[in-house]
Amino acid sequence: MRFESPTTTKEAAALLAGEQGDAYILAGGTDLLVRMKMGSIEPALVVDIKRISVTHEINVSAKGISIGASVSGATMSEHAKLIKSWPGVVEAANLIGSDQIQSRCTIAGNLCNASPAADSVPALIAAGAKAVIVGEQRRRTVAVEKIITGPGTTSLQKDELIESILLPKQSARSADAYLRFIPRTEMDIAVVGVGIHLTLARGVIKSARVVLGAVAPTPILVSKAARAIVGTKLDAQALENLAAACSDACDPIDDKRGTIEYRTRVAGVLARRAAVIAFKRAGGA
Amino acid sequence: MSGFLVSTKINGDAVQFACPTDESLLDSLRNRAGLTGVKEGCGTGDCGACSITLDDRLVCSCLVLAAEADGREVGTVEGLSDGMKLHPLQEKFIEHAALQCGICTPGFLISAKALLEKNPKPSEKEIRFALAGNLCRCTGYDKIVRAVQAAAKEMRKK
Repeated sequence: MRFESPTTTKEAAALLAGEQGDAYILAGGTDLLVRMKMGSIEPALVVDIKRISVTHEINVSAKGISIGASVSGATMSEHAKLIKSWPGVVEAANLIGSDQIQSRCTIAGNLCNASPAADSVPALIAAGAKAVIVGEQRRRTVAVEKIITGPGTTSLQKDELIESILLPKQSARSADAYLRFIPRTEMDIAVVGVGIHLTLARGVIKSARVVLGAVAPTPILVSKAARAIVGTKLDAQALENLAAACSDACDPIDDKRGTIEYRTRVAGVLARRAAVIAFKRAGGA
Repeated sequence: MSGFLVSTKINGDAVQFACPTDESLLDSLRNRAGLTGVKEGCGTGDCGACSITLDDRLVCSCLVLAAEADGREVGTVEGLSDGMKLHPLQEKFIEHAALQCGICTPGFLISAKALLEKNPKPSEKEIRFALAGNLCRCTGYDKIVRAVQAAAKEMRKK
């Protein structure tokens, strides 16, 4: 195995492009090293991106907040401005693993690992986040929901890596929330995850994004669920309609953590709860 | 396989070793640096027995490639005591019998130290959450929590 630690994303992309065998990006390594240990992958090349300084940056600008691909969950949890603007995204990222894992795990890695149950991904999609992708010849910025194509697969090309995740500017009457359900109190894989982002106008929901995780092969943006609450003050009927739309959208698996019926029902319940949190955070009453 | 040369600082001492590029830092610490306080439990980041600090962040050394540690600082349980004088956490673990077989203990000590550096007066709940990445099959955790509380109290006196 070749191990490279370039200092620019451009160099990293060139390394990926030039490798004939299987090449992998190493950021936090919390998924990659497990897969290597299990023998499910045998990389010919591992490119450690942590010597690339731009990947460690959290930048706050008029456009929003960009989070470098090497920024760990622990670092996100220490950034007051990020937490204030996007509490749901930070909560989702911080639900991943133990403190040991938090020191290393990244949201870009969570996205690229493409697990249907990835905690940070529904929150990122709800937030309208974009991934800044660097390839050998070009850079492109893509909506996060366009990255995951199925369990463990992404739309990234061979020479491409994510440099940062861009969260849009949060407006004064907007907020997000993420909730997940697991059988234990912590450190488990989501049975259902729900990310919600709301924008209010005069106390009424003007726009919404509702995203479900762990109930389909990829996280799903449920536009019917958003329509169920837009134009409302999140009254009982709106919450009921939201829950029904979320349950309707589920296409989950049966496993030891939850049956199809259970996941489908819990998706609705969690969506209701997450919506109430986001609504209050946005200043709704 | 040609060796990858790693220059690192472990518990304050400069250490150099060569290893295969796919070797975990856990294996290098045990087999090349001779620091066998770092234990392998699961090897997949679930049990915390291999906990160390890497540039002052608590990590599982099984989930770090040794090559990544080049130019970085590593802290292990061997660096906890001041010569023969045990760290308050070590003293309180003994006093409260917070271990039986001892395999998980170095990991718990490192995690507890990382917690107390950030939060010198943690609640019981905060201790339990902070140590959730460390598994112990002997003690039932209660004695470990008591030992950390006692050590925190002791350390606040200083």
